[in-house]
Amino acid sequence: MNLFCVGLSHHQTDVQARERFAGHAETNGILREVGCAEALLLATCNRVEVYGASDKRVSTDDVARCLARQIDQDPHHFAPPFYRYEDEKCAQHLFRVTSGLDSMVVGETEILGQAKKAYELARVGGAVGPYLHRLFQRAFRVAKQVRTHTEITRGSVSVGSIAVDLAEKIFGNLAKCKVLLLGAGETSERTARVLASRGVNDLRVSNRSEERAATLAQLVAARTIPFPQWPEQCREVDIMITSTSSEKPLLTRETLEPVLRERIDRPLFIIDIAVPRNVDPGVNELDGVYLYDIDSLQSIAEQSLALRRQQVIAAEEIIAEHVAEFSKLLMRGLNVGARNSERLSIGDTASQTL
Amino acid sequence: MRTIVELRGKIFRPVRFNFFAIGLGFVFQTAFLSIRGHALGRCPLTNLFEVLVFLAWSVALIYLLIGPVYRLSLMGAFTAPLVVLLQGIALLAPIDKPHAMKMPVNPWLEFHASMSLFAYGVFALACIAGVMYLLQERQLKTHQLRSIFYHLPPLSDLFAAIIRLLWWGFALYTLGLVTGFFIDQPLPTRQVVCAIGVWLLYAAILQGRYLRRLAPKSVAALCIIGFSAALTLLWGITFTGQMSSP
Repeated sequence: MNLFCVGLSHHQTDVQARERFAGHAETNGILREVGCAEALLLATCNRVEVYGASDKRVSTDDVARCLARQIDQDPHHFAPPFYRYEDEKCAQHLFRVTSGLDSMVVGETEILGQAKKAYELARVGGAVGPYLHRLFQRAFRVAKQVRTHTEITRGSVSVGSIAVDLAEKIFGNLAKCKVLLLGAGETSERTARVLASRGVNDLRVSNRSEERAATLAQLVAARTIPFPQWPEQCREVDIMITSTSSEKPLLTRETLEPVLRERIDRPLFIIDIAVPRNVDPGVNELDGVYLYDIDSLQSIAEQSLALRRQQVIAAEEIIAEHVAEFSKLLMRGLNVGARNSERLSIGDTASQTL
Repeated sequence: MRTIVELRGKIFRPVRFNFFAIGLGFVFQTAFLSIRGHALGRCPLTNLFEVLVFLAWSVALIYLLIGPVYRLSLMGAFTAPLVVLLQGIALLAPIDKPHAMKMPVNPWLEFHASMSLFAYGVFALACIAGVMYLLQERQLKTHQLRSIFYHLPPLSDLFAAIIRLLWWGFALYTLGLVTGFFIDQPLPTRQVVCAIGVWLLYAAILQGRYLRRLAPKSVAALCIIGFSAALTLLWGITFTGQMSSP
């Protein structure tokens, strides 16, 4: 039995190429017809991969043909370079994928859920047999171990998530936090949504255009505050997200200092995502104020990514151990040829056969 | 040590190792104090060596009692060095000097001393929580988030813990101080003055907090200053007492 993986990912191809080979309703059926005893399609926004087990070798061209959507059956169409991994290389690749090592954002965990869903779908459809079952169960175990034993998933990498993570590190439970959105920008809206999803239920919106404020307030279940009254809110709110188009800072050290004396025991977290900045950087020097502008948030995103990249070696070690174990398992049940992974371009051959 | 190595290597895993390691150490400390107490026929608080061991034992006990409130492993990583320091000084310094004559058993004195040292243990944990608070606060302020940032509890939780510990420590210390007045033997004046000084210091911190005059960061810093001062005074009182005793 030959265990293999054929696919396309964000590393080699753009989204346009991937969507042409994203599979279709008949993909599983056709894969069976070309000789796959077991087959599983993993299609996400960043990759399209077929994992299969077959008695005789199923060519990359055949798999590519199964993945191609009907409109792309034109033999003259450019076919992107598919990669192919077999046996232990296939296992290693899947373990790296489910652990988030092969993802666009290293360490992201969404791929694990997507892999589980793809496995479940194939299992219900009767396309998964003992080989893919073992392979995927092991992959889920590896991903869990990598997450637990390394810091590969540590830290957020998007502005909204970082802001919310920081808020949680300041206030703990966000349920009692009062949040003011000053300005009705798109990033403010996204951040407000993430905050609401983490339990914030006191959201306030203030914007020069009352109409836009009302629209955003409706979207995020907030109440509106007339723009001239926003400075008063500094006494009450715990988190402030500013994104107005003001050319000059709206909040300065001088205006905030007297307000802080009245709230000495309550920290104030300010996220200034406006360019030019709405909050004077000197405000961060005040006790109890934590000011983050777009640059500092992006710098944290980079720190998180750097931290995750440092964890790759430790994660690869865990994966290598599992690949070795899985290879032994395969040796007992499969005729494992020591084939190296190969990258085949179906460009030349596909044009002749498709 | 394990936590420091893991944090430096950015592979920290929050397991209960620290909790059980300190728990095991606590069992040995308890056994030692018990044996010593039986040998002396009283609470083993007769010299600086015993005072330090008792204090280390109190810190370990308070951590084991309140540890589950925090992220266990990391609080343990901050507690363990203090316990090691106190134990280390007790074991390495030549301070285990037995009294020439057998000391009389005085229940009020023993209750006063043990309660005061137990309060010191609580203040030590408040100091440790203060260190954790300042560490976390600094990272948030400077935007430099290190590996430890993700394992430390939120500022609000740390501050709540500090306040709770301060109140508990203050209540126990007050109890120890009050029982000191029931001792039917004269206490050295400097010892009484120092004890009242420590009490006033913690009373001022709590009052400042109660009146909302102190920011959380200042409270955290004062916990560290307060405990350092209290420990220095304790050392001075016990050491000079030991030197002057027969």
